[in-house]
Amino acid sequence: MFEGLVAQRLAALFVAALLLLNFPLLALWDHDLRVWGLPLFPLALFGIWAALIVAVAWVVERPGSAREPDTPD
Amino acid sequence: MIPVALVVAVSFAYLLLLFAVAYWADARSRQGRSVIGNAWVYALSMGVYCTAWTYFGSVGRAAGSGVWFLPIYLGPMLAMILAWMVVRKMIRISRTYRITSIADFIASRYGKSQLLAGLVTLITVVGIIPYIALQLKGVASAFAVLTQPLGGVASPAVPWWQDTTLYVALALAGFTIVFGARHLDSTERHEGMVAAIAVESLVKLVAFLAVGVFVTWGLFQGMQDIFAQADAEPRIRRLLLFGQGQPFPYAQWLGMTLLAMFSVILLPRQFQVMVVENVQEQHLRRAVWVFPTYLLLINVFVLPIAIGGLLYFGDRPFNPETFVLSLPLAEGQTALALLAFVGGLSAATGMVIVEAIAVSTMVCNDLVMPLLLRMRRFSASRSGNLTGLLLTIRRLAILGILLLGYLYFHLAGEAYALVSIGLISFAAVAQFAPAMLGGMYWKGGTRRGAMAGLLLGFALWAYTLMLPSLAKSGWLADDFLQHGLWGLAWLKPEALLGLHGLDNLTHSLFWSLLVNLAAYVGLSLWRPPSAAEASQALLFVDVFHRQAGARPVFWRGKAQVSELRGLMTRFLGGARAEQLLRDYARQTGVADVAQIVPDARLVQFVETQLAGAIGSASARVMVASAVDEEALDLDGVMRILDEASQLRAYSHALEEKSQSLERATAELREANEKLKSLDRLKDDFMSSVTHELRTPLTSIRALSELMHDDPDMDGAQRQQFLDIIVAEAERLSRLVNQVLDMAKIEAGQADWHASNVDLKQVLEQSAGSMAETFRERGIRLVLSLPDAVPMVWADADRLTQVVLNLLSNAAKYAPRDTGIVDVHLWADARRVSFEVKDNGPGIPPDQQAMVFEKFRQVAGDQHYRPGGTGLGLPISRQIVEHFGGRLWLTSTPGQGACFGVELPLDARGRSEETH
Repeated sequence: MFEGLVAQRLAALFVAALLLLNFPLLALWDHDLRVWGLPLFPLALFGIWAALIVAVAWVVERPGSAREPDTPD
Repeated sequence: MIPVALVVAVSFAYLLLLFAVAYWADARSRQGRSVIGNAWVYALSMGVYCTAWTYFGSVGRAAGSGVWFLPIYLGPMLAMILAWMVVRKMIRISRTYRITSIADFIASRYGKSQLLAGLVTLITVVGIIPYIALQLKGVASAFAVLTQPLGGVASPAVPWWQDTTLYVALALAGFTIVFGARHLDSTERHEGMVAAIAVESLVKLVAFLAVGVFVTWGLFQGMQDIFAQADAEPRIRRLLLFGQGQPFPYAQWLGMTLLAMFSVILLPRQFQVMVVENVQEQHLRRAVWVFPTYLLLINVFVLPIAIGGLLYFGDRPFNPETFVLSLPLAEGQTALALLAFVGGLSAATGMVIVEAIAVSTMVCNDLVMPLLLRMRRFSASRSGNLTGLLLTIRRLAILGILLLGYLYFHLAGEAYALVSIGLISFAAVAQFAPAMLGGMYWKGGTRRGAMAGLLLGFALWAYTLMLPSLAKSGWLADDFLQHGLWGLAWLKPEALLGLHGLDNLTHSLFWSLLVNLAAYVGLSLWRPPSAAEASQALLFVDVFHRQAGARPVFWRGKAQVSELRGLMTRFLGGARAEQLLRDYARQTGVADVAQIVPDARLVQFVETQLAGAIGSASARVMVASAVDEEALDLDGVMRILDEASQLRAYSHALEEKSQSLERATAELREANEKLKSLDRLKDDFMSSVTHELRTPLTSIRALSELMHDDPDMDGAQRQQFLDIIVAEAERLSRLVNQVLDMAKIEAGQADWHASNVDLKQVLEQSAGSMAETFRERGIRLVLSLPDAVPMVWADADRLTQVVLNLLSNAAKYAPRDTGIVDVHLWADARRVSFEVKDNGPGIPPDQQAMVFEKFRQVAGDQHYRPGGTGLGLPISRQIVEHFGGRLWLTSTPGQGACFGVELPLDARGRSEETH
């Protein structure tokens, strides 16, 4: 299912997302801090989320990704 | 408090607006100008994931447990990362085999099993009813908040005919029928509905953001202000901490994320908008990042609204799930509260409409039709159009689903928060994951395995999650909850086998999915798949590997066009059936319908078309009863597959052959071009040579004739003529020699006498033999030679020829009396080089390459002096290159020309030099 650069990039992103949003990386945000007046943990979750969206958009929308082979598996 | 009439009027006006949008989109689609053929609309329609649960429940959840509303939206983010592979495959499979629901998908994969389709449908209906109830509860409680005095207690129980929720359910059923079951769509796609859903997604996003902005900047001075105030209250501050003062429950976090990840592709409504209603696979490319962005935006203000509401209302008993409405109301912002209500209505109606349409299709195709078709009245041998019946069943199914939702709302709804109800539904549809995803990527999965997995998973879900929810709301004795079934402690639904340490959702999810997966894999491996399962597995798993024409057709038997036509007429209507048969005739290249050959491909075509209308399992049964088919065993399937792949191999080989032929043709053409140009070159050469020969011949002949005709010519004149004749004859023989020389070199037949050559010696000798010429013309020849240079491996005579040629050229072009010719020799580690430089007119850049061509002398040259043959430089270059060297020209017009030669020190030359 991972033929082609786009598919491999997305698979890598998926693994990264799974790691970033779970134990133990999630525990990195276990601090009672305010960043720009906002609580750290929710801010970090939204930050990771936004970064993932940007990364996915970059992978699928960049010119040339449309010429990938048709077989995703 | 807002008057009931106003709220009702606004709600209906909004629903009518939606209907207008749907109607407009349908009309556009009939004109062939579809509005939903757009990646943005597709991505927005996925926003149907956000229901009343998101709209009201998230804020409630956040007010109770901080960031715990988020896993439900992070799961879809994870799913969307893989959607380009997974969902695209689902789309391709569904489009190819005209699959219109999840039940159809799973049943079709495991050999078109009616039993499996029915089971999936049942699980869906049972699982989704609480979810529908949730929407009704959301709308009903929102309605209550708007129309009752602020903070008022819930009104006392009213008789059922006065219950607004019932009317909400009925109104929604009516709208759903209008949207989705107005007429039987031959493509099973609902363009109008998708357009309306996209609009709803926008409305709920805008409404929620408006409330968020109002709370954050209207009630407070920005987010920082809200969180700063929250810090002062320990009860609220706790919500913003990582583990809220306790160890962080990672298992629950992961469980909810995975649950949402599966749900976002397995929920019937998501499957409907993502797969069935997809117009173009490429739209997914945009949706995989726009949909998560949508989710992110709609969640940005959840925490500020929840914390803001808690701070604003303090200890007053307000339900956080209605903060979206009560905060604007408390500030007297009636219009904003109404907008927020419309947003919530959008969220609820969107979900109900799509879900009910999807589930009603499943109920009709996979539950009711199989039963009806067993009855004699409807059996395949009967005629009569059944399209009206199909439509009626779907409408009744929609009504039934909503009434069941209402019933559940009455039984259990009041006791539960929105979020908990939603999670129960999520856990039910997650049971489809092993059979569905396994079936898409694993050819070994069998019907038996899927059946057992679904049954056990569903049973465990019901026992560990559904029944406890009923027990907790008081509709079931909760003995079994406290002490286990029959008093057996290890059967306690929320601590099965004594498993502790997980919350009830994660606990249920773990057991049900574990047993589900184990049964699916275990039973699949127990017995080999049947022919039908194996063939469907191949078609599903390898869907991307086969082009439309190359797909094998797993069918053997005899059929008649008339029978198949009758079948299509019954379920698709006469006009549609004729249209499809005409299309098929055109595709297969026959003139009209009467000439269609009733082969396996036609049977498959008819079955696929029927599958769109009544589901693949029912279509299989119908087709089987109308044709005379041979039972296909596993060997038969393999044989057909072999044939198909052989056919593919043949066509592949053919393609390869034609490609190599094309390549050979291209090569031949190229060779031919080369020959032609060589031929042209030869002609040019011949004409140049004859031209060059003619010039001296003409003058010799003319002078000889003059002398012949005039015997009395005086001696001095005669002597002068004879001198010219001798010079021209010499030039002639030189020319002939050079042409021969050139020809020999080019043909590779020249005699080379290679030996170690001292270039310094060659230069000195040549300069000596040319000294007289230079002196005659008053040109100074300056030699700057080092004491010694290494030997080069070359032919001394040929090199002398090169040097003489360069020197005579320099002598020709250097100005008389003031001319200077420099000869410079040097050596480095790898080569020996020399230059011959004159101070003549130089050669313009555009002609520099030309001087090395045969018979070219610099054109338009006022210094042109006859005597050159135009072959000297080409021959010199050939000689130098023969010994691995290089002959080049650098020149700036007006500052003379400089010819350089370099020859490599070859290894042999060096070794001989050393001893």
